[in-house]
Amino acid sequence: MSYLTDKKRVTGLGSAKDGTGHFISQRVTAIALVPLAILFVLPFGYNLGAGYDRVVEAYSHPVNAIVAIMFIFTIFTHLRLGLQVVIEDYVHGHGARSALLIANTLFCWMFGLTGVFAIAKIAL
Amino acid sequence: MADVNRGNRPLSPHLSIYRTQITMITSITHRITGVGMTLGAVLIVWWFLAASTGPEYFAVADAVLTSWFGALVLIGSLWALSYHFCNGIRHLFWDVEQGLEMETARKTGYAVFAGSIVLTILTLIVI
Repeated sequence: MSYLTDKKRVTGLGSAKDGTGHFISQRVTAIALVPLAILFVLPFGYNLGAGYDRVVEAYSHPVNAIVAIMFIFTIFTHLRLGLQVVIEDYVHGHGARSALLIANTLFCWMFGLTGVFAIAKIAL
Repeated sequence: MADVNRGNRPLSPHLSIYRTQITMITSITHRITGVGMTLGAVLIVWWFLAASTGPEYFAVADAVLTSWFGALVLIGSLWALSYHFCNGIRHLFWDVEQGLEMETARKTGYAVFAGSIVLTILTLIVI
């Protein structure tokens, strides 16, 4: 023990285990979502309730489809990072915290990729 | 050496001793809106999945999303998105050390709430 430096002894032992990679990804997805949110919400709101044919036609257009795929992928990445921080802040038991962190990762990838698949299937 | 002060470090004061301030409210609202939008995101993915499956299944999902429950979740999500959008931009300015003065942070806090309501109404009018 005495041969280890102080830094070596504490590296990786903080509550979050790492920091800058998570921090930067959260910011980059946030910046991407500023234009994507506007570009997604308007056509989505416009086509919601407009009927099957109109919706399929709208999302068969490559611009709508690509924007929607990028939006869904980016929000679920941003959501995964955000929910991870919320779980790390408020859930204290080791078992419960680990279980929720794993569930969060699986949930976000599952719904994010399902959304990407569905929009691609409509478009193609 | 790193353990010299173990157990005797200064403790951060608990949240409950502070007077409520706009900056606290904007902070926790950012989290609540972020977590809350999960439900809206899941509904929207389901709607796309239904649209990719076929007209009958799409009719079911579209009916749920345009029902009073769907409208409640989606309009709630629209406000949450508007809020998270405005406050997120405020956070990005903070990240580059802009607007951190207390008076400015208070003013932009009120502006974020006002902006979120304006954006929500504006979006509802446009669509």
